[in-house]
Amino acid sequence: MAAVRVEAVLAAAEEQEAEKRRSITVEKELELEYDLGNLLAVDRNPPPAAALRGAGPRREALLRALARDNTQLLVSRLWELPAERAGGAGGPLVAQLPEPTFRLPREKPAPKPRPPTRWEQFARLKGIRRKKKTSLVWDEQAKEWRRRWGYKRAGGDPSRAWLAEVPAGADPEEDQFARLRREKRERVARNELNRLRNLARAHRAGSAVPAAPLHPTGHQDRDELRRVARVARVSTASLGRFQPRLPKEPAEPPSRSGGKKRRFQPLLGNLAAERSRQLELLRDMGSKKPVLDITRAVNKQLRAEEAEAAAANKGKKQSKRGKRGRRQQRPGRSGKKSGGRRQPQQQKPAGGGTGG
Amino acid sequence: AVPRQEGPGRAGLTGLSCSIGENIQLLVDRPDGTYCFRLHRDRVYYLSEKLLKLAASVPRESLVAPGTCFGKFTKSQKFRLSVTALDFLAPYAKYKVWVKPGSEQSFLYGNHVLKSGLGRITESTAQYQGVVVYSMADVPLGFGVAAKSTQECRKVDPLAIVVFHQADVGEYVRNEDTLT
Repeated sequence: MAAVRVEAVLAAAEEQEAEKRRSITVEKELELEYDLGNLLAVDRNPPPAAALRGAGPRREALLRALARDNTQLLVSRLWELPAERAGGAGGPLVAQLPEPTFRLPREKPAPKPRPPTRWEQFARLKGIRRKKKTSLVWDEQAKEWRRRWGYKRAGGDPSRAWLAEVPAGADPEEDQFARLRREKRERVARNELNRLRNLARAHRAGSAVPAAPLHPTGHQDRDELRRVARVARVSTASLGRFQPRLPKEPAEPPSRSGGKKRRFQPLLGNLAAERSRQLELLRDMGSKKPVLDITRAVNKQLRAEEAEAAAANKGKKQSKRGKRGRRQQRPGRSGKKSGGRRQPQQQKPAGGGTGG
Repeated sequence: AVPRQEGPGRAGLTGLSCSIGENIQLLVDRPDGTYCFRLHRDRVYYLSEKLLKLAASVPRESLVAPGTCFGKFTKSQKFRLSVTALDFLAPYAKYKVWVKPGSEQSFLYGNHVLKSGLGRITESTAQYQGVVVYSMADVPLGFGVAAKSTQECRKVDPLAIVVFHQADVGEYVRNEDTLT
């Protein structure tokens, strides 16, 4: 009895050993591709498609087994790497990973080119190109090469300048140092303003949504195509009123915003303003005075016609005189104009103005 | 909620002022609160500001009637006064017509007023002027349009129509279902 039990125990132990070994070794048709620098293993073996179809515990088990096998292979490879103990004898075992070979794609989208600044546009227009400047300039006074700008620049420290000449046309009482400081401040402010403006322009240009194309691209969905079709229908001389529709195409619904006569003020807009507007409207309706003053309208029309006639006559007479003739004529002309138009001509009827 | 449109504008106010003349500004300019006109589905309603704000929280399709209906715009955009405005407009009426007791019932059934039923009429009523029809006991009965001016009314024969019927209080019974 004891022998049988011992044999049974030994057999069980051996089975366990085999199990362990089996779990370490993984059989694959195709070898995996490893990028140990990225801790990446790529399995190109085709998966059993039939088993993966449809959700269920069988699929889950299969996927889990696949993951376990591939991870086992990767870890085995990692264990083969040269390793050392970090931080002395008692520290953890650290493997030295090789350089990564797999190129990871961009995490964020590529930056868009910014629109050119005002100066850049001008320079492009004029064909101005950047002149290459040396970084160091010879300073005669200090007898050495100094920077063009910045700390210890070539022209000497501007804050230590002890002499400021009064320029030729300036006020002798004016403080030149103060003027220099003020102008510097203004220059800095203007530069900053322009920089911010360029930035704002770039930002605005970036956020503007590009308009969808109106021609068929092959990548448009149904709503886009419907919109494009509507635009095409309305782009006729009669604004799409006589365009035939397909048999099942629905008629155009009235637009939400209304046409010109169907637009209204907001519901709860300024109520006091609304009240005053209505009272004014009522006052105008109630008063007997007509809105259009006939006499004034007629006179205005007559004056316009006479001015037109005079200009036409002058044009005919002046074609041979040239510039000098026009200059001499002007003072006389303005005098005539102011004197002659005081009295509105009451006796002419409304239709009679066309004769003049 | 989707906002309704604003006031009736010139057409509506003209229609109203045809009936009561300049006194309509007393409806707009009230000392006891801000009242306004609002257009809702082709009908003009008169309501206080407080009620307007409450009505604004109701969706447009579910809203039946905010305030008092004064009239409606017909399909051809003409303004037609409704009897529900009588209580508001009657006190401010400029041109009035009094109807004899005998033809009161006829008017309340929707018929026009004949010369034989005419009791009194305001002086200097123009032709086609909007008028408010009263009974002899000074009870407002409805709205009408003067078919003849006051001078003509005196000369015309007894069976001629002098006031066209527009709206009367009998509609509360006759058109109970459709009145808003």
